[in-house]
This record gives sequence, structure tokens and C-alpha cells, in this order.
Amino acid sequence: MSYIQNTDEDRSDMLRSIGASSIGELFETLEDGILVEDGLDLPPPLSEAEVASLFRRIASKNHPASCMASFLGGGIYDRYIPAVVRYVLSRGEFYTSYTPYQAEVSQGTLQAIYEYQTMISRLTGMEAANASLYDGATALAESVIMSCAIKRKSKVLVPRALHPGARAVLESYSKGKSIDIGEVPFLEDGSLDTGMLERSIDGDTSAVVISQPNYFGIIEKAPEISDLVHSKGALLVSYVDPVSLAVLAPPGEYDADIVVGEGQSLGNPQNFGGPLLGFMATKKSYIRKCPGRLISGAVDKDGSRGYVMTLQTREQHIRREKATSNICTNEGLCALSAAVYLSALGEKGFREVAVQSMSKAHALHSMLSDSTYCDLPFSGEFFQEFVIRVSVPAADFCTRAREAGVLAGIPLERDFPELGNRSLLVAVTEKRTKDELQLYRSLIEEIGGSDE
Amino acid sequence: MSKTVFEKGRKGRGGDFIPPNDCPDHRIDLPDSRKTPIGLPQVGEQEVIRHYMDLASKNYSIDRGIYPLGSCTMKYNPLINEEAAGLAGFTGIHPRQRAEDVQGALEVMFELESALCEICGMDSFTLQPAAGAHGELLGMMIAKAYLEEKDPNRKTVLVPDSAHGTNPASVALCGFSPKTVRSNDKGLIDPDELGREIDDKTAVLMLTLPNTLGLFEKDIVEIVEMMHSAGALVYMDGANMNALLGIIRPGEIGIDIMHLNLHKTFSTPHGGGGPGSGPVGVKEHLSDYLPIPRVVREGDSFGLSHDSQRSIGTIHSFFGNFNVFIKAYAYIRRLGAAGLREASENAILNANYLMSILKDHFDLDYPGPCMHEFVISARNLKKYGVRTVDVAKRLLDYGVHAPTVYFPLIVDEALMIEPVETESKEDLDRFAEFMRLIAEEAKNDPELLLEAPVNTPVRRLDEATAARNPDLCWPFD
Amino acid sequence: MVPKDCTFTKEHEWVYVEEGMAVIGISDYASGELGDIVYVELPEPGTNVKQMDPIGTIEAVKTVADIFSPVSGEVTEVNEKVIDSPEVINSDPYGEGWFVKVKMEDPVELDALFSYEEYQEFLGEQEPEDSEENDDEEE
Repeated sequence: MSYIQNTDEDRSDMLRSIGASSIGELFETLEDGILVEDGLDLPPPLSEAEVASLFRRIASKNHPASCMASFLGGGIYDRYIPAVVRYVLSRGEFYTSYTPYQAEVSQGTLQAIYEYQTMISRLTGMEAANASLYDGATALAESVIMSCAIKRKSKVLVPRALHPGARAVLESYSKGKSIDIGEVPFLEDGSLDTGMLERSIDGDTSAVVISQPNYFGIIEKAPEISDLVHSKGALLVSYVDPVSLAVLAPPGEYDADIVVGEGQSLGNPQNFGGPLLGFMATKKSYIRKCPGRLISGAVDKDGSRGYVMTLQTREQHIRREKATSNICTNEGLCALSAAVYLSALGEKGFREVAVQSMSKAHALHSMLSDSTYCDLPFSGEFFQEFVIRVSVPAADFCTRAREAGVLAGIPLERDFPELGNRSLLVAVTEKRTKDELQLYRSLIEEIGGSDE
Repeated sequence: MSKTVFEKGRKGRGGDFIPPNDCPDHRIDLPDSRKTPIGLPQVGEQEVIRHYMDLASKNYSIDRGIYPLGSCTMKYNPLINEEAAGLAGFTGIHPRQRAEDVQGALEVMFELESALCEICGMDSFTLQPAAGAHGELLGMMIAKAYLEEKDPNRKTVLVPDSAHGTNPASVALCGFSPKTVRSNDKGLIDPDELGREIDDKTAVLMLTLPNTLGLFEKDIVEIVEMMHSAGALVYMDGANMNALLGIIRPGEIGIDIMHLNLHKTFSTPHGGGGPGSGPVGVKEHLSDYLPIPRVVREGDSFGLSHDSQRSIGTIHSFFGNFNVFIKAYAYIRRLGAAGLREASENAILNANYLMSILKDHFDLDYPGPCMHEFVISARNLKKYGVRTVDVAKRLLDYGVHAPTVYFPLIVDEALMIEPVETESKEDLDRFAEFMRLIAEEAKNDPELLLEAPVNTPVRRLDEATAARNPDLCWPFD
Repeated sequence: MVPKDCTFTKEHEWVYVEEGMAVIGISDYASGELGDIVYVELPEPGTNVKQMDPIGTIEAVKTVADIFSPVSGEVTEVNEKVIDSPEVINSDPYGEGWFVKVKMEDPVELDALFSYEEYQEFLGEQEPEDSEENDDEEE
């Protein structure tokens, strides 16, 4: 069955109405020889009960990070998601609804996304935010394309210490737009080499991207970098961690032009890396050049306040090949999750999440700093993540830590060969406990010590 | 009128979900710390729930009624899919966990890719694109990489005038130039017309099958041959795959690359704007260009391969919208081959049935059997001073969602209708009856349409003012 | 500007010549067809334009159209009023709704355009554009 409600009788009635004797007659006009002859070779159909047990079986083959002491970060974080988020997202009025093109019957979605836009604007300190893009990586790619369109130039500088996934996606998108990507290295302390940045910006540079914090968790000197970038006539794109914005100066304060990032941390499960939430915020003066949907407050015929999609002339369904982007379906439910999360946690709760993440990360950092079996290569100030170098190959360390139920971090060699094979990126979120931190420390000693 | 969440609550409310910090407290004075309040709501948990329930009550959804939007395939979103996707074994996995710990996830991806290959007659699939438009972009990137190796002068992509706006937009985003191919008076592509548009710069023909009029290209075999002889590729926009399951396999008729929309054909929810998923399938000669990483099978287990060589790179942070894959895979396993074919057959029947009733009340430019959707025009009502937009708004008063309006561009005052297979005959009859009544109202009392909607949470909104002076966020005091 | 004194393009721009300067706008037919105009994008003063080059865009809620220059020359002035209050293009397309002034290279170019009467005839042959509402499905 295919969830089809009509019975054979219904079908006969309908065929009679049409004047056809079989459904096959309806696609008779299709050439012979293009129709599938034998059926599709797929496993036989299952009842709902069998689907339920099949997926329970498959799911049990996964050992989720959310049930372990996970120190995995790199853009995707293990955070506590309040039950109210899951509840709101379970409502069919939200998840089975369509894009709000008929605004009068979509005020729920429209207002929820307007509120999400507001929260992103306030978090980032920017004047306007869009309704979401696929993920932080594509949001970054779109922000670079947007910068090049605004400035009518085609070079952009990005930090070496940028999320490797974001970098890779940017490279792929840039080919189609003939955008030239230059890289700015990091210094010994892990922060951006601003001297090199100054020497690298030229008359063809449309924008400079900074990652705040950067991929190694280091907090960059954003206001200084912003001044430098603007003095040279380029735009500043800030790729930010959303939780860090509760404790770090928002990019609007240091005059960023476009702010993007990965919003998974805001009320969305890790979900094996998808769906994610690309957020984008910018200045009102650039709003007509930005991609993605925009929801505006509006007034109806009776003078009541409502919400509607606006500036649609930027989008593909109207502008077609001249659209600011091709995006249509975005990450609506993930944006809704973020809005519910931020509403539930609120001003206090969200700040608490950020402060605990930061505090616990520094606690672990401090605990590890006096161990002989690991060292902390970057001295820069950090938010919730830092790099450690362990005494055995990082991959081995992770395998052995895993036996104790600890996911020790992301080995960095594949994406940053210059850091060697013993480097790990360690993230600490508000979910980590004192016991887990101590366990981590003892694993460092144990695994390091066992090799002597 | 709903207050925003920012106007509710009181300072100090909300936020009590995690235990206090049990670690040695490290007060950190960050350089450039945030000194200003963020401006997030301060509401209690109960108030959060009431706020969102209030918003929910203003939303139309499939759970409420029919959504006959053309090329959207608003079919029932099975609850068991939501349950399966909600298991902690799926939601709690981090994308950088080692393969041994995520065998279930890799299995879902591998098996889904295989199933989609079988359904579409393609040799490989990637699940990376997060939406159909994303898939189109990837498809163009793959075509470009492949053709560049042979002939770097291939710069043009032919797109029919009936195409969805994402088609030319994706073409442009990839650095190709779109060129429009006019449909003939039957709404189809004429091979002779196509022949005139093909030249040595033609890279790809981007087709939707069936097209946005719900018509299958009767000359598809000839069209594909023409493109291949010219050294070009054929891309299929699979948004309308709901007409073809078990009936036609695009790979078998010569399609080189295609995308699917899991949130259309494969029942995953639309979510008011996503997340969707737009997997891309290719034939053998293009497999090397697929994005990395690829899921691979190694004996009894699964892994990820980052071998790149000719891959176009990557277009998503990780593997695509994984949680959506689970729902699509659950749907395919539930239905099996017979169920998928049944879905398409019933979709085609429902569309033809509805068309046979509505043609008596509206203009039907393309008579004759349609596939899973059809287009009518309300231009016959123009003489009463009403337009398609007014018909759509009046449908909202009847408690159903309007079809797609003013698309495809080649039909003026268009209404594009896709009833889907999961709607019952009674619901189709009800919808048809409302359309008939509205056509009558247009003649006898057009004010009812022009003033519509009156029964909805808000009436027609002043979009012009919103576009001149957009209000994109609630002011912060 | 009085319509009868203007010359028109087939893309519905009008041009009125005042001491070698071409003042350019769009006809009331065009502004009527577009509906409520929400935004215009115009070239900067100093830009050189060629006859029938697209020089900017005009947006209604659900449509966008190119603006074509009826003449070649240099843009000398841009009407800030239409940028701040685009609705004036609807209410006064031949007056306050002017877009730019262009210093003409070659007045002979005007001969290729329609006179007011010829434009009216041209309009008579037009079918009204289906330019409203472009709602659409998901991808």
C-alpha cells in the first residue's frame, strides 16, 4: 500500500468519469520501449510494524555521540535540547506545511521565521537576517558571491584556520563564478596573521573572511581586522559560532558587512551532519543583494499586522538566471528549532550555555596544561574549543579513549597536515561534566603513560 | 493578531534547563566580550508552548487538508517516518565519528543510494545536495567538469520556457549561460526547434519530465539522441518523478544526470520551507565527478571514501540532510516496488479525474491525458473582472490551499494542479466543487473573490509597502 | 513632461528633450502594467550608455523589468525622488517619476523611436502582459 485511500471502487468510478478503461490507457501516449518492463528490483514491501523494527535495528548499529562523553566539535556540537523544542517541531501544523506563498494561511510559519530573523539579527548585532540557507558552508559561499557582486570584484581572502568543510564548499562554488580565493596563514599562537593579511589585500579584493572563533577555537582580534579590511576598501565577512555570540562582541559592533555561520548548535540535533542551519545577517543597505527568503512584517486590508515573504524579486522564481542565488527550499524547520530553542532558553539560559561551555573548556585546558603527555600548541585566547597534541598518533588516542566511552576530539591531520598526526581538536560544551573532564585527563595519562 | 514572542514574558523568566556548572569555575575575561544584552525573549516554558501553539493554529498544513500545488507533490508525510528518524541512534551521531560507530547511518545512505539507482535507472547517486536547486547546481557542476575535459567551449545550457526558475538560476550560478527553448503549441519541445538551438557551444539540455504542464515529452528518444550526437548531455529535473515511479526509468531513456526531491516524491515533509533533500544520480561516465566523500561497502561493513581525483569537490559541510534520508528510505522500504508504482498510477489517475471535472469551468489549453499534474487557466473569468490570484484567495475562504498560480510562465492566468495519490476521491470532489462554486461566484458576485480571503487569520497583505520598506526584525529597545 | 511631447521606445520608456538633455522615464502604460512599484535601480551619474542598453531595473512586488536607455550619451543626473519614493512612478510617471537625464550623443537616434501617436498605435497591438504574482513550487 502506498498510503492511498482510494479503493478499487473509487478508481473504477474515476475511470468511468474520465472515459478510460484502465489507468494504463492514460499513459498510452508514451512510446513503447521507454516504459519499464519488469518491476523495480527492490526489497518487498513492509508493514508499518516491520518498518519500525527495521529502523530500530539499523539505529542500534550506531553509537551516538549524544550518549557518550563527546568532545567532538568542528561546527557540530553535542548540546542539550529542551523537550519543548522537540514538541513544537512535532506539530504537523509546522512540519507538514508548505512554503508560505499564500501568506494568509501561513501566518504561523511566517511569524515564527520573522522571530527567528529577529533573534539572528540581535545575536549578530546586524540590521537584517534571512530565513536560512542550507548550512554554514554554503552560507559562506553565498556571502562571498554576494560580496563580489556588491564590490564588482572577484578576489576574496580566507583564513587558513577556517572550517575545512566551509573552505571546500567555497572552492566548489567559486569555480562557477570565477572567484579567486587567497589564503591567510595563522601565527604561532593560532590566530590570524594580520601582517600577512595587510600585505595580501589589493585593489581586486572584494572581501576578507574571518572565522570567529577560528577552526582551532581561537578568538581573533576582530575589531582591528575590521578596521584594516575597511581601510583597504574591502568588505568584512564574519563566519561565527552562534553560541559564542552570547559572550563575544557581536559582529555588528565591529562593523562586519555580512555575518554567516552554522546554526546547528541552536536547538538542532547533530543528525550526522544534516540537516543543518546556515544563517546569514547583513546591513539593510545590502539586503537586495542577499540570497534566501526574507520575511517582513506587513499590514492587511483591515489594518491588522501580519507577515509576508518580501523582496521576492531577488529570488529564482522571478529573477531566474539573474537571481541572487538559486535557493528555493531552505532549512525552515531547523530555523524554527533555533527560534524555539532561543525562546525557551532566553536571555539568561542562552548566556548560561555559552558561559558554561567556555568555562568548562578552560577548565579542561587547565587540567591538561600540566600533563607531560600532551601539549597545547596555541596560546591564543579561545572560546569552547582548543587544539591538543597527544603523545601517540591522534587516531590511536581516539580509538583507545573510545573504549572508555570518550570521543576525544577530531584528528586534524587530514585537513591540516602541517599540524602533524598527533593533533586533535577538542570541544567542550555545557553538557560535559566534571567527571567527564577528569576522565579525559586520566585517559591522557593512561594512554600516554602506557607507551613508555 | 499575535504578539511577537519579544512582547511576551518578563525580565528574568525562562532558561532553566541545565544543571549549574560542576567544574572548577573559570571566570574568563575575554578580549572584546559582549557588553550589551542580546535581546532574546524572557518567557517561561508554558508561555513558549502557548506562543507556538497560537502560531500553529494559523497555519494550513497537509494534516489539515488538500494542497494541490503543482510540482510540489504534497503527499501524506507518514508518521512512522518521523518516528524512525527521531531515534537517538540517528539524531545523536556526530559526522566525524569513526565509521565503526556509525554503521547504521552509512547503511541507510548506501541502501538509499542503491534504491534510488534502481528506481531511476542510474548508475550512482549522491545524497549530498540539501534541496532540489542544490542538486541542479551540482548537476551543472558535474556536467561542466566532464565537458571541460573534452571541450572547454561548451558554455550554454538549453532550458525550456516552461522550466522552474531554479533551472536558469542554477545554470547561471555554475557559470554557464542559459538559453531558452520555446515550447510548441502542444506545450512540448519540438525536435526541429531544438535542432535550431543546438550549436557547438551547447553543453546540456535541462528538462523536466514530465514537464511543468504535466506532459511527457513524446519525442524524448529523438531529443536525447540529438543532444548526445551533438556531444552534449541531458539533465533531468526530477521534481515530477511522482509521475514516473516504476513506469519510466530516466537512466534507461538516456538521461545522463538527474536530481530528485525527497521532500516531494519520497514523502519527506516540506516543513514550511525545508529541510528538503535533492539527491543527484548519474550514469557511469560521470560517476568520477560526484562529490566526496562517497559511502562505500567493504565486505560486511560500510565506510567513507575521500578519494577525489576528478570529483567536483563538495557542496555541503558533510553528507547532505541525513535525517531526511531516513524518512525517504523508510518510505521506499514500506512501499516496495509495487507500492511505488501504485503511487504514480494513482497520482496520474487523480490528476486526470480532477482535470476532467475542472475543464468545464476553466480554460484547458492542453487537453488529452496529463500525467500527475495539469494546468488550467482562469482567463475565462477575466471578463468578470477577476484573475487567478482572486480565485486562489477565495479558495482559502473555502478552507483549502490554492494550487500553484502564475506558473508555468507559458500559460497566462495559470493554475497548476497536482492532487497527489494520497488524496481521497471525496477530497478531490470537494476541491472540484469549490472551484466550480468560485467560477460561479466570479460570474454572479465577483466581489466575493476580489475581497477574499475573509475567513483567514489575516486578509490580503500590503506587499508593496513591505517591499518598499521591509520590516525584517522586531525593534529592540 | 507632457506625453504628447515625448518620444517612446518599444520597451515603454519615454524621452523628452530639453536643451540637448534627454529626460527619461517610463510610460503610464508600463507603470500601470507593473503595478505598485517598490524599487528602482538606476545608473550612477557619469555612466556612459548606448541606445537600448539595459541601464537599470524597476521592481514591482512580484515582477522585475529592465529599463532601457532610449538614447546614447552620458548620465548627468539621477532623480533621487524615485529612489526614495518609488510610488511616484505610479502616480506621476511623466512628471516627478522621471529617472535620469542623459546628455545625448546624437539626437538623430530619436528618429528610430515612436512618436506619441505611433506609441499609442503600438499599444493597441499589444496583449496585456501577464506580469503579476509569480508564486511557485518548491525545489
